[in-house]
Amino acid sequence: MVDLLEAVIRGLGRGSIYALLALGFVIIFKATRVISFAQPAFMLAGAVLVTFLVGPLGFWGALIAATLLTALLALGVERSAVRPMVGRPAFVVAIITLGVDIAVRVVVNAFLGINVRQVDDPWGLKTVELAGLRVEQRHIAVLLTTTVLVAGLFAYFRFTRMGLAMRAASYDQEAALAQGVSVGSVFAVSWAMAGGLAAVAGTFVAAGENVDGLMWRIALVALPVIILGGLDSLPGAVVGGLLVGVLQELAANYQAEYAPVWLGENVSIITPYVVMLLVLLVKPYGLFGTREVERV
Amino acid sequence: MKNRPLLYTSYAGEMGLLNTRAKQLSVGLMILVALVLPFVLDDQWLSLLAICAATAIGAIGLGLVTGYAGQVSLGHAFFIGIGTFTAAVLSGDPNGRTLGFGITNMLIWLPAAGLVALVAGIIVAPLATRLRGLYLAIVTLGLVVIGEHIFAEWSDVTGGLGVGRPPATLDVAGYHVGVTDSVGTKDQKAYWLMLILLVVFALAARNLARSKVGRAFTAIRDRDIAAGVIGVNLPRYKTIAFAISSFYAGCAGALLYPLIGFIEPGSFNLGMSVLYVAMVLIGGAGTISGAIAGAFFITLLPTLTRQLMPLLPFISESSDRIPNLLQLQTILYGVLIIGFLIFEPRGLFGIWIRIRSYWKSWPFSY
Repeated sequence: MVDLLEAVIRGLGRGSIYALLALGFVIIFKATRVISFAQPAFMLAGAVLVTFLVGPLGFWGALIAATLLTALLALGVERSAVRPMVGRPAFVVAIITLGVDIAVRVVVNAFLGINVRQVDDPWGLKTVELAGLRVEQRHIAVLLTTTVLVAGLFAYFRFTRMGLAMRAASYDQEAALAQGVSVGSVFAVSWAMAGGLAAVAGTFVAAGENVDGLMWRIALVALPVIILGGLDSLPGAVVGGLLVGVLQELAANYQAEYAPVWLGENVSIITPYVVMLLVLLVKPYGLFGTREVERV
Repeated sequence: MKNRPLLYTSYAGEMGLLNTRAKQLSVGLMILVALVLPFVLDDQWLSLLAICAATAIGAIGLGLVTGYAGQVSLGHAFFIGIGTFTAAVLSGDPNGRTLGFGITNMLIWLPAAGLVALVAGIIVAPLATRLRGLYLAIVTLGLVVIGEHIFAEWSDVTGGLGVGRPPATLDVAGYHVGVTDSVGTKDQKAYWLMLILLVVFALAARNLARSKVGRAFTAIRDRDIAAGVIGVNLPRYKTIAFAISSFYAGCAGALLYPLIGFIEPGSFNLGMSVLYVAMVLIGGAGTISGAIAGAFFITLLPTLTRQLMPLLPFISESSDRIPNLLQLQTILYGVLIIGFLIFEPRGLFGIWIRIRSYWKSWPFSY
C-alpha cells in the first residue's frame, strides 16, 4: 500500500510536468488550430537558461527570468515563422514548427556544450516524510507550482479582458475579429504562454538531475497526453497529464512483478502511447475533446 | 500536331504517362545519363547515389499517402524498420547470433519485406481511417515510439539497442551484387540495381496515381467529405493508401540497409520519420518526381554542406568546437523546411514549374 501510494505521488510529480507541457500545446491549438512541435525546444531552452541564470539570480529568480526569456523566444518564433502561415493547412504549419524545433535545439545544445550543467534547484533528491510515506521534495514542489500556475491560468482565461478575447478567438476567429479582438495578439500571447510553461516544465524535469540534450524527448509525451485529454480541452490537458504520469510510474513500479517478460524492459516509456491508442479506439476525440462537426 | 504539344486529341493521350514529347525526351535522357554515371563518378559518390535511390523509394511511398491521399503520417520509420528487419531475418545467417533463415535471394526477401510492412499498414489502418489531420499525425508518431521499443527489446531479431545486426545480402537469384567482379565494382553494381528498382517503383507509383485509385486519393486529399459524397469509399481507399505506402517503406528499408552495411535498431525513430516528411514537402507534395528530387536533395545535403566548407572558414570540422559542421547541417535542415514551406510550398517541383513557365511564355514572361 505504501509502495502504491509512493508510486502515485511520484506519478503526480511527473504528471504535473506533462500537464504543464500539454497546457502549452492546448493553448496554442485553441488559438491557432495548430499543434506546435516546437515545445520540446522551448522546454530545453528554458532549462538551459536556468542553468546560466541560477548563479546570479538564485533558483526562483532564474526560473522566472528563464520563463520570461523563453516566452520572448516563443514570441519571436511565432512572429517570424508562424504568422506568415496564417490560413495555410494546419499540417504545413505543424511541420514548420518541427523545423523550428530542430533549428532551436541545435542552438540550445551549443549553449549546453559538453559540460554537465545543473539547474541547482533547492531540492535535489532529498525526501520528506509525509504521513508515513517517503516523498521526494521535488515532486511536491512541481505539484505545488503546477497547481498555482493552473489556477492562475484558469483565472486569467475566466476573469481578464485578454482571457476573454482568447476564449472568443478560439471559439470563432472571424466573429472575434469582427468584435474588435486583435487575433494577432491572441496568437502572440498564446505562443508566449506556451513557451513560458514549457520553460517551467523543463526546469522541473532537470530538477535533481543534469540538463541533458536528450531531455526534449520528455516533451513528446505531452502529445499522447493532449490526445488523451482532447486537443482543445484545458482541463483535459491537466487531467490527462496527471493520469499519464501516474500510469507511467505504476508501470515502472510494477512491471518487474506483473508484466510478462516478452514486453521487454522499460515498458513505462511506451505506456502513454498505448493508453492513447486504447482511448482513441473508444473515443476518437479524447476524453474531454469537442467532437468535430462536419459541415458540407 | 507536332508543333502544338499542349493539344490533346484524346483523354488517353492527356492521361498518358509521358504525355508530351518534351517529357519523353527529358525522362529518357535523364535515365540514360543516370545509367552511364558509374563510368564518370568515383565509387564514393556512387554508393551515396545508390543510398539516395533507395531512400527515394521510401519517399515515394510517403508521397502516396501524404502527398496524394493527404493522410499525414509520421509513422513511416516504423514501416521502414519492419521491412528492414524482415529482409534481414529472411536473408540472415541461420547459425548467427541473431535470427536468420538463410534465404539470401533478393527476389524473395524484397517482396516479403514489402508485404510484411503492408500487412502492418493494414493492421494500423482501422485506427488511422477514423482520424484526420493532426490527430492522425500524433497517433502515427505513437506508432514510431512503440516501434522503437519493440525494435530495441526484441534482440533476437534486431540484435538489440546499440548492438544491431547485419542487414540482408544483395544477391539477385544467385548473382552477388555486393561483391566486386569483372562486371564492375560493388558500388557500381549496387548503384545500377538501385537505379533500376527506383525506376520500376516510380513508374508503378505514377501509374497508380493516374488510375482510379490515384484519383480517389486526390479526391480524399482535396475534400474528404466531398469525396465521400461522390461515392469514394473513404475507409477502403485510406486503407489502400496506408497499405501501399507501407509496402514502399518496407522495400525501401530492405534495400537501404544493405548499402549502409549495418542496422542499428535505434535509428527507426521520429527523426527518420521527419526526414521523410521533409523529403516529400521539400520535393513537392503530390508529385512522384518531387518525392524523388526531395529524397536526393535531403540525402545529399550533409555531403553538399561538407563540400561548401572551404567557403565558411569559421565553421569547425571537429564536433567539440562551436560552431561545427554537424550543427550547420542540422540547422540548415531545419531552416530549409521552414523556408520551403513559407516561400515555395510546392517545393523543388514548384521551382521547376516556375522555370518551365518562364521559358514557355518567353519572351513575354512577366
